[in-house]
Amino acid sequence: MLENIRLSFQGIWSHKMRSFLTMLGIIIGIASIISIVSTIKGTNEEIKNNLIGSGNNTLSVMIYNQGYAYTIDSWQGPPDGFQEVSDETCEKIRALDSVENVTRYNERQYSESIYYKGEALQSVSVRSIDMNYFDTVGYMIRTGRNFIESDYKNFRKVLIMDRTAADNVFGNDDPIGKTIEINKAPFTVIGVAEQSRKFTPNINSIEDYYTYANDDAVGYLFMPKASWPIVYRYDEPENVIVKAVSVDDMEDAGKDTEDILNATVASTQTDFKYKADDVLQRAQKLQDMSAATNNQLIWIASISLLVGGIGVMNIMLVSVTERTNEIGLKKAIGARKGSILGQFLTEAAVLTSIGGIIGVASGIGMAQVINKISGVAVSIDVVASVIAVVFSMLIGLIFGLLPSVKAANLDPIEALRRE
Amino acid sequence: MILSLEHIYKDYIQGKMTVPVLKDVCLHVEKGEYVAIMGPSGSGKSTLMNIIGCLDRPTSGSYELTGKNVLSLNERQLADVRLRNIGFVFQNFQLLPRMTALDNVALPLIYAGIRKRARRAKAKEALIRVGLEDRVTFKPTQLSGGQKQRVAIARAMVNKPDILLADEPTGALDSKSSKQVMELFQKLNDEGVTVIMITHDSGIAGYAKRVVTIFDGELAEQKGETDQ
Repeated sequence: MLENIRLSFQGIWSHKMRSFLTMLGIIIGIASIISIVSTIKGTNEEIKNNLIGSGNNTLSVMIYNQGYAYTIDSWQGPPDGFQEVSDETCEKIRALDSVENVTRYNERQYSESIYYKGEALQSVSVRSIDMNYFDTVGYMIRTGRNFIESDYKNFRKVLIMDRTAADNVFGNDDPIGKTIEINKAPFTVIGVAEQSRKFTPNINSIEDYYTYANDDAVGYLFMPKASWPIVYRYDEPENVIVKAVSVDDMEDAGKDTEDILNATVASTQTDFKYKADDVLQRAQKLQDMSAATNNQLIWIASISLLVGGIGVMNIMLVSVTERTNEIGLKKAIGARKGSILGQFLTEAAVLTSIGGIIGVASGIGMAQVINKISGVAVSIDVVASVIAVVFSMLIGLIFGLLPSVKAANLDPIEALRRE
Repeated sequence: MILSLEHIYKDYIQGKMTVPVLKDVCLHVEKGEYVAIMGPSGSGKSTLMNIIGCLDRPTSGSYELTGKNVLSLNERQLADVRLRNIGFVFQNFQLLPRMTALDNVALPLIYAGIRKRARRAKAKEALIRVGLEDRVTFKPTQLSGGQKQRVAIARAMVNKPDILLADEPTGALDSKSSKQVMELFQKLNDEGVTVIMITHDSGIAGYAKRVVTIFDGELAEQKGETDQ
């Protein structure tokens, strides 16, 4: 066996040009597949790192009503038994091993009761937040100041806007000190907050666009939790955002928070439940989608592998004809059919394996080039690379079989007679 | 008796015609004999050699080699007979051009499953035996015709076969090299190797201790030449 491999290398080396051309199909096929797989993996990791919890490992635990997130609005009251989330409950959640930070909020979406200079601001939502909110969701104050203890204590009517809301409402003007009317109460803007790590997604499809665009289009106004009852309802049920220690902790963090929150509720409306964002599932769906598009590319690349395989078969058939004499001699001096078969199969497998290795290397190179040119995230998949080399070896074995059988079945008398 | 052919017939089918190539050939060779089978081209001597060399099967008849009925063996067993019992020498040497003399000689040892170190030692020994110890690392293109044939003989001898089977061993050689090769056969035979040589050249056949002639598929013992 080792002897066969050694001889194969010798044979391949003595026909460098021909061997390289034969390998080319395999090289191109494997290289395409590796670069595609690297792109898929890169995109997936990007989705996992950035989409899940916006790169911050956060997830919401919200009240759901039969599978739909429940939102309080002006004409729909809260379900009975649901209250604001107490400090003790928050501490319980924070104490979880999987949880790093926790915050709670109330929200009104696209509130119609928000005005600036008499003009309704329809594309902003408003949230009441506790002191942990910005830390938990990863926001930083860009201009102005953050909420302080006294804002809460004194029920101050102050607002912090996020960048989207600030841009939407004030454009280039400085929002600090401006007054926004919420439910007829004047609130003063004291700061603008922005996500500290901005994630710019790759939009490859219309689905991606909707997934990513959703969160960005809505601008938010934040007010201190204490001020909420001034304009909205007192003791309104709150939603919770938890920040998990790591991406892998997110599922546990979500589940446990869910349980703690549901235990605090004594509701007759059993349809209402706290439920954690299924972020992993959402990410999975996105990953599947990007994989599905790219899987088609893999099939196309596989065709070049097939063509490569046929090329190998073709050259091996030529090689068998060329080496008829050698085969005849080997049989005459006592080589069994199996030895000849083994020799040619090994040669084909070694040839395509080398092609596979070169292919993997060029695929990795190609992935880097794609990354440099188009900015698509790539990540090298070691398992895929190993599989690719094994697979190219299999191609050699499969497409080398016919020529090898032909060689093994040569009649030595005929073979020796030919010069 | 090392080789015994009894009533060998071989027919070739050409279209609708059956062409008899060997007709009732009987040949017995004792251990240590040096036999030349001489005949013109088309006489059936190559077919006879292929049958003796276990590369071909007769249409009918029986063939025993070292007491074994080789006609009852399957293809795999025949390969083993060729490996262990027969050493082939061909007219055109049949050396593998990319390999050194040593590797060429060691080739049959690979199929005998001998490990690399032992292979090299045995191959070297065989090359010394044919007087080529200084050409071990040469490739066939660097060797003269006579040297190539001696490498081929070393290869045939390396597995210590029962019979050395040579097909026109001097057919591609000049007279000087031919003489050297014949002297080598002589030497090997003196050392106890059984040699069967096929040739059309009566001069070459003259080196053998016993000459049988084949003509039109029929074998005849040539008396008088075995006067040694």
